Amino acid sequence: MLKKRIIPCLDIKDGRTVKGVNFVQIKDAGDPVELAKKYVEQNADELVFLDIMATLENRSTLVELVKKIAKEINIPFTVGGGIKTKEDAKTIIEAGADKISINSSAVKNPSLIKSIAGEFGCQCVTVAIDTKIVDGEWMVCIGAGTILSDLKAVDWAVEAEKLGAGEILLTSMEHDGTKNGFSIDILEKISSAVNIPVIASGGAGKMEHFKEVFMKTKVGAALAASIFHYGEISVVELKKYLSGNGVPVRLV
Amino acid sequence: MIVILKYNAGNSTSVKNAVDRLGFDSIITSDPDLIANSEKIIFPGVGQAKSAMKYLKNCGLDRILKTAKQPVLGICLGLQLLCRFTEESDTECLGVFDSIVKKFPKKDRVPHIGWNNINNIKGEIFKDIKKEDDFYFVHSYYAEVNSSTVATCDYILPFSAALQKNNFFATQFHPEKSGKVGELILKNFLSL
Repeated sequence: MLKKRIIPCLDIKDGRTVKGVNFVQIKDAGDPVELAKKYVEQNADELVFLDIMATLENRSTLVELVKKIAKEINIPFTVGGGIKTKEDAKTIIEAGADKISINSSAVKNPSLIKSIAGEFGCQCVTVAIDTKIVDGEWMVCIGAGTILSDLKAVDWAVEAEKLGAGEILLTSMEHDGTKNGFSIDILEKISSAVNIPVIASGGAGKMEHFKEVFMKTKVGAALAASIFHYGEISVVELKKYLSGNGVPVRLV
Repeated sequence: MIVILKYNAGNSTSVKNAVDRLGFDSIITSDPDLIANSEKIIFPGVGQAKSAMKYLKNCGLDRILKTAKQPVLGICLGLQLLCRFTEESDTECLGVFDSIVKKFPKKDRVPHIGWNNINNIKGEIFKDIKKEDDFYFVHSYYAEVNSSTVATCDYILPFSAALQKNNFFATQFHPEKSGKVGELILKNFLSL
């Protein structure tokens, strides 16, 4: 049976792990390589590594960091942040990433999904969607949450699947960093609308939140950052809890 | 020398990192002579079947792989390219395994991404593997179960999680990304 995945996320800025609340108030959360190793020991299923200040100037820093992480860990990891072209994707994959995640650049240039999927296969392409409610509608935001687009989140997820996305990483900006639980509403809508795996992100604060998102929506994975970084919940403990509550997870 | 095949559809770096962690010397190369004269070949793959086959043919690597006498380990797309034919862009493949690679029917989510257990395991590369061990899969196409199948996995339908024929071994999952149990499989292959 396919297991539900638990994915610690490392937001990276200038080579350090950071975490914000509702996409602002950024705090330092440790050395990414050390954190990556710790999560592997804790039996995490995957890692996601997002360069939140992705610019051309720090691109080489990111590539070096990806190489270091790839050397240290034996589980899959995804890298995102500032990937704008097929060549960018190639650089990151060659540095050792298993999947790339694209967000703003896919909204601005949807054919990017198709061109990366055409070259590396759709399973390498994760389309990350940041969403918040505007006038009662879940809308897509880009630019690390700073710019509101005119796309509805569900429509964009469906379109991304058609273009060749292999997975959707959905972050509710309403919930991100709040520790009040995942957004069941939009996660249920999107996981029902698409036929590719959906990763839930934004809002995890306690173990019950993970159980809830796996029980009430069709997501295949749940991602969190701060609760793992600050040691509030360990991945091992979380998986034991989920297994005890009937959620299939990898325990070995 | 252990060679890791470098071509346009590889995650050769990830495989090299895993082999390094196990303490084996290896090189990443697309040099036909080095590959032909190697002790073992690892044929990784993350990518698209048609462009990968075209590249292998242009470099003359298709013949070297097909006629290899040393142990060969195909991983993921590597497994699929060692089969006879894939529905991915209707591509003729290397034909080492007499299996057809098909697209998963959309009865569940495709790609099959994540950790899954395997059944009916046999052969030396599965030494010390337990039936509850999970492995990391990420694929939209699968090889049908056939006479070379040495492990199956159930997702939508039963498919080949691993194939073996003479000196050719292949896994649909990624041993280099499957934590400690994946490393055990790589170690079993590298110790053959």
